[in-house]
Amino acid sequence: MNMVDIGAAQAAYRDELVAAGLLIPTGVDGLYGRSGLFEEVVERFDALVTRWGGADGAEVMRFPPALNRQYFEESEYLKSFPHLAGTIHSFAGDEKAHRTLLRRLEEGQDWTEEQAATDVVMTPAACYPVYPTIARRGALPGEGGLIDVFSYCFRHEPSIDPARMQLFRMREYIRIGTPEQVVAFRETWLERGREMMASLEVPLEIDVANDPFFGRAGAMLSSSQREQKLKFELLIPVTSTEKPTACLSFNYHQDHFGHIWDIRTADGGVAHTACVGFGMERVALALFRHHGFDPAGWPAAVRKVLWG
Amino acid sequence: MPQDASPPFPNPSLQAAGSAGLPPTAGGGADDGMIAGIRSVLAECGGLAVDAGRLAVDDDLYAAGLTSHGCVGLMLGLEEQFDVEFPEKLLNRRTFESIAAIRDAVRGLIDGGEA
Repeated sequence: MNMVDIGAAQAAYRDELVAAGLLIPTGVDGLYGRSGLFEEVVERFDALVTRWGGADGAEVMRFPPALNRQYFEESEYLKSFPHLAGTIHSFAGDEKAHRTLLRRLEEGQDWTEEQAATDVVMTPAACYPVYPTIARRGALPGEGGLIDVFSYCFRHEPSIDPARMQLFRMREYIRIGTPEQVVAFRETWLERGREMMASLEVPLEIDVANDPFFGRAGAMLSSSQREQKLKFELLIPVTSTEKPTACLSFNYHQDHFGHIWDIRTADGGVAHTACVGFGMERVALALFRHHGFDPAGWPAAVRKVLWG
Repeated sequence: MPQDASPPFPNPSLQAAGSAGLPPTAGGGADDGMIAGIRSVLAECGGLAVDAGRLAVDDDLYAAGLTSHGCVGLMLGLEEQFDVEFPEKLLNRRTFESIAAIRDAVRGLIDGGEA
């Protein structure tokens, strides 16, 4: 399948989802409303994640889909993904500037000149608010930390692929501790993730992956990430079998975030971190793709897993 | 390949400290000069936990504390120091794993061949 065919398949699936009422278009690629049925599937999958991970006793944290700009700047996100970041700007002028703004708006000119960066940045991945929050508490207890987050995330990558939204939800478990604790967590979730998704009767594979780092420095970071097998993805075909969609990811950050925010383990070492992320919309889209747009007609075993 | 191969972060101090004006022949003197240049970039950009001057040419730089992000800084510093551009196929951990590996890669680029 060449790139034109892949694009056509993505547009076709998006159009089917819109026609079925599952996605509500807004006029911007990658920005959709969701129907009640779509949301029900997301909620059932969210509950399924809790059934597999809840017994581990993670501390639940729920943040709005925005981040303290200071944390964002400290995170080095702009080093790696300047092209994906979404910063929130607001009008900061006086009355004269306001009149200019309105005039430019009226004339169809650029009106954004007087917009100034606020203290708030869109959350790029659900785990970002967690690391500085944990760091503020001081050294970790001996057993380390385990956090459960769920948030809308923003990435500026407009696409006709319905599985590549600009605003989408990500559930995550985050492990913070010694290298041994963190690696064991990721191994556990690689197994759990495969088993959990297999119970939903979708075709899947797990493969080494890399993040979409920016530029030539990014090429270096991507190859390094792959060579060290720091990121795995659980892939399910949604609009293409040749380029299946990453629906879960399993990420080992080594001591990257531990260093940035000086998170310490009980013995004083720099903490390592890992996370498992669940792409809520992507999983829903994969289920609709493989089992049809009407969950009432899904295989009985899948319905039982999701609805009990 | 970009037409303008100038590095994005000009750093005159690096140019002064190293040996950008290497003779094209790869004699022993040139080799020493190149290794000194690599050490100075390592010290400036590598973010190592140890003194770059004390590393043997075959020492594992990752074991010496070179991180993925440190490796990016090292790559950009080397490009500036030696006026070369690493092609994408050399942008991997192996290229930067030791001073000797860096020397071989840079020499290959300066000689115009494949490293």
